[in-house]
Amino acid sequence: MTEINLDTSSVRSLNVKLQGAASGDNFNVSNTGGKHAVSVGLTTAINVGINGHVGYYCAGMNQQANITIKGNAGPGLAENMMSGKVHVTGNASQYAGATAHGGLLVIEGDASSRCGISMKGVSIVIGGNIGHMSAFMAQSGCLVVCGNAGDALGDSIYEARLYVRGKVASLGTDCIEKEMRAEHKEQLEELLKQSGMSHNVDEFRRYGSARKLYNFDIDQVDAY
Amino acid sequence: MCGIVGLFIKNPALESQLGALVAPMLAEMTERGPDSAGIAIYRDPHESGCKISVLAQNSSFDWNALEVAIKEFFSLKKIVVVHNQAVLFVDSEINKVQDWLYNNYSELSVISAGTSIEIFKGKGNPLDFIEKFDIKGMSGTHALGHTRMATESAITTEHSHPFSTGQDLCLVHNGSLSNHNRLRETLRRRGVHFKTDNDTEVAAGYLSWRLSEGDDLDQALNHAIDDLDGFYTFAIGTKDGFAVMRDPIGCKPAIMAETDDWAAMASEYRAIATLPGAENARIWEPEPTQIYSWKRS
Repeated sequence: MTEINLDTSSVRSLNVKLQGAASGDNFNVSNTGGKHAVSVGLTTAINVGINGHVGYYCAGMNQQANITIKGNAGPGLAENMMSGKVHVTGNASQYAGATAHGGLLVIEGDASSRCGISMKGVSIVIGGNIGHMSAFMAQSGCLVVCGNAGDALGDSIYEARLYVRGKVASLGTDCIEKEMRAEHKEQLEELLKQSGMSHNVDEFRRYGSARKLYNFDIDQVDAY
Repeated sequence: MCGIVGLFIKNPALESQLGALVAPMLAEMTERGPDSAGIAIYRDPHESGCKISVLAQNSSFDWNALEVAIKEFFSLKKIVVVHNQAVLFVDSEINKVQDWLYNNYSELSVISAGTSIEIFKGKGNPLDFIEKFDIKGMSGTHALGHTRMATESAITTEHSHPFSTGQDLCLVHNGSLSNHNRLRETLRRRGVHFKTDNDTEVAAGYLSWRLSEGDDLDQALNHAIDDLDGFYTFAIGTKDGFAVMRDPIGCKPAIMAETDDWAAMASEYRAIATLPGAENARIWEPEPTQIYSWKRS
């Protein structure tokens, strides 16, 4: 286990160390103090424990690494993550998991607005609530919300699957409730298990694309 | 961009350290707003009269002459001069003193008025501002601070935040308003004075106008949601505390935290991280359009 204290070490030297680490290495980061861009651009299967709250863009572009944040994360958590796992024990601010292609993002608390915006294959599991405009233009992947979702969930969504246990304040354009079939329950069960959350999958509803925005509607031609 | 910080002391034993606690918060927000900085600090209530913060456009302004002149008309208790700014403690009606200053000293701007509020602000790096005005040495009950990255109007001390919105009230803002020119004209016709072409001054003028129309602060802020177009996280200082509100889209960041000793807000957690006990504070992100306020009970 390598200890890195951000009171005495810069964020840049931390990231250089993490980016150069060999698969299987373990790191523990302390005194984060809300600093930006902590543990970004990792490409190997290392384990990083972050003790404390982090600012903007933590765990961005993550590949393969397993990153655990004991605290809250600021805006842009795990943005464009490709693979691996990012786990936050507290809350995350705006646009967590934006544009992420793969991997698993777990937020035990609440996520703010625009969670999973333009997600492209990532699995996101939120223990609490999410804010407005989440999964906007979501293209692929899964968003699981164990609490409630804010306004305009899944606006202009493509093919991502959204599972919400609580209330949805409102659905965005072209986002509709869909049937929860056996394959969906199985997928949800597996995601909850991987995230360390225990809820009955029958309490969730599934939302997805009505696919009405896929093609230009000739009746709308007058609008242009 | 811009950075906002606010600190409300709950444990009276910490009041003597208000400046020492809020200065590192403001310093931490330097990157978000390196152009200028300002602070509103609530302290030393002058209940027998009023306190007025004034800003001189010229650093060679003759404060001694002002002191002599003002004493001919009003009961001036004290004048505290800090660089090109001063706080006047006057045992007279607030409006009369303000009108007299407005009519006789066009080179002075009244930047705050009330019984507790004092505002200081300056163009330049926030770290220099903190030193120049000895923010660390200030005591008080609560304070709001701002670091500015100008996007829509000039970088001058007068364009810097906080802006006064009425007696013991002030506003700091992270964001930008898009309908401020038209709204400024509307408010001018209703008798609101503006000194700059700054968007936040319009928001401050708007809130002053709503309050003068009989709104309480919550009502004025709810009207602001309808009438102000743009992005904003607002922090509003009041005599007894402060309030925070974000626009309906909630683009601009804000984080709040509370312990038994203090309640704080900032644009980012790293400003709050400088406070004692921050790591164990209750921390949350304010919801769009919700008004969060603290005040002395």
